[in-house]
This record gives sequence, C-alpha cells and structure tokens, in this order.
Amino acid sequence: MTCNKYKDLMMGYLDDELSDEQRIKFKQHLTDCSDCRQELEEFKKLKAITDDVTLLEPEDKIWREYWGNIYNRMERGIGWILFGISAILLLIYGGFKMIEDIVKDPTIGFGLKAGLIALIAGLAILFVSAARERLHFWSKDRYKDVRR
Amino acid sequence: MPARLIEDELSILQRCRRGSREAFESVVKCYMKDSYNIALGLVGSRDDALELSQEAFYRAFKNIKHLKAGRKFFPWFYQILRNLCFSHLRKRRLRQTSRLPEVEGQEFTAAPGDWFQPEVVADRNEMKDCVWKAIGQLSEKHREVIILRHFRDMPYQQIAENLFCSTGTVMSRLYHARKNLKEILETEKGGQHNDL
Repeated sequence: MTCNKYKDLMMGYLDDELSDEQRIKFKQHLTDCSDCRQELEEFKKLKAITDDVTLLEPEDKIWREYWGNIYNRMERGIGWILFGISAILLLIYGGFKMIEDIVKDPTIGFGLKAGLIALIAGLAILFVSAARERLHFWSKDRYKDVRR
Repeated sequence: MPARLIEDELSILQRCRRGSREAFESVVKCYMKDSYNIALGLVGSRDDALELSQEAFYRAFKNIKHLKAGRKFFPWFYQILRNLCFSHLRKRRLRQTSRLPEVEGQEFTAAPGDWFQPEVVADRNEMKDCVWKAIGQLSEKHREVIILRHFRDMPYQQIAENLFCSTGTVMSRLYHARKNLKEILETEKGGQHNDL
C-alpha cells in the first residue's frame, strides 16, 4: 500500500472510525513513515480548532414558529394552484365570450374578425405544440422514474 | 447525533405519503434543527439558512410520494436541502459577479467566505472567526463533509448514507477537505496561526 492509500485511513484514525484491523495496519504504517506521523499531528491540531467552533443556537421563537412557516407555505401552495386554475378557466371563458361577441357584431368588419380568429388559432396551435413537445420529452425522459 | 430515527418513522412516513400534515409536522420537529444547522453551514447566513431549510421541508412534503417505502427520511431530505443550498449559492455568486465593476479587463470574484457571518459562531474569538470564514471558502463538496462531520457530529456511515457514497469516499473527501482548510488558514493569516 502506498502512502497515499493511508491518507484516507488517517482520517478514520483521527475520527476513531477505523475497524481494529484498519487501525493496526495504519499504526504499523505510522511507525515506518515520519511524513504521515507529522501530517497526523497537524490534522489533530486542525481537528481540535475546528471542533472548538460551535454555532449559536437560534432563539426559541424561531423553533416555535418553524412549523407554522412551513404550514403557511403549504396553504399558499394550494391557494396558488386554485388561483391559477380558476384564472385560466375564466380567461378561456372570457376570451370565447369576447370572440363570440365580436364575430356576431355586424358593425365590425370582416378583416378584423378574420384577423382575430387567425390570432386565436395561432395561439391555440402554439399552445398545443408546446404541450405536445413537453409531453414527448417527458415520456422519453430516461430518468423520470429515478427516485432516491 | 443528527437524523435521529423518530419512533416508528416508517409508519409516520406512510401517513405523510397519504397527505397527513400532522404526521409531517412530527417529522419536521424532529429534523428541523439538523436541517437549519446544515443549511447554515452550507450557506453561511442565518436568514438564508432558515428560509432554505423551511423551503426544503415544504418541497419534501410536496414530493413525499417519491420517497420509497422503507427508506429513511433524512438521506432523501438531505438531497433536497443540499441542492437548494448549492443552487442558492450559485445564484448569489452570479448576482454578486454581475454587480462587481469591470476594471480594465480585471476579473473580480466575490470571496465566498465573505458570506459566512462570524456572528453565528458561539463564544467568538479571532481563531474561531478565521476557521468559520475558511470553511466558507472551501468547495461545496468539501464544505458539506466538514459540516456533517464537525458541526453535526455524524459518523462516517451516516455521512455516506446522506451523500450516497461509500465510507471510503467519505474518508477521502474529508482528507482533501481538511487539507484545503489547513492551507486556507495558513495563507489567510500568513502563517500567524502557529497552532497549525
């Protein structure tokens, strides 16, 4: 085993995470390798100063309100879904009513009517095309069923 | 030790999958401190850590059906949390870079350690502030392994579960992370820290 292979074991030794067999093997290496002995000493000091750093606990209020904040997000999520669906439905309904009124209105010229219908048809084609493309990519996505 | 198993976690998760908010509340209360503290270690600011850890729980609830039956909650949740934190860091870096002035072709980049507020460190002193800032300058991969080991006191096996890798990889990553940390500390203070 080269010295490099022992570098990883050095971490396990430092953190007391080695099996008995690994520990014996590493200690044997240490007796023969002054570089690793020196590096281990340096890492011990680094570990001591890093372990010394602890983070301040936030005030209790944060924990008391923690779940409430998540709950609010959940509620808002449902609210946004309902708002989005109803807005789309209302827009479609309003759009159709408006087109119906314009088409039935004898005072509006044929050119404007034809332009409006072409605009709506264009939008509909774009929407269907984009939706079909998304569906196609989704069905071909090899990773869609990958779950952790 | 983080990611304590809640009593009867599997049945609680089963109820969560059926949409029970009460069940999910108990999961949140069990893991909220770990979640917040890990996020704090990854992004360095208290407000961002709180926001990101709560967002991670919200997303976990929305996607809880994707957590396979019989699997532990925390390693799965940790992926959501770390992805959110790393993507937040990337956005913050981009915003920061775009705000920095361009001077005669010189490229300015924000030092990531600058976002690591020393106010979050308990019983502060100069050395602790330096270590905290140096952790902020580590790469994301190295920082997370340091945070999980030193600040959440996770055994290697648990770190490996959370990172979906082997304990050998954890040891190797820790070696390089600590080596980088030591180098940063040495260069930061120009060798002032003789403790190293």
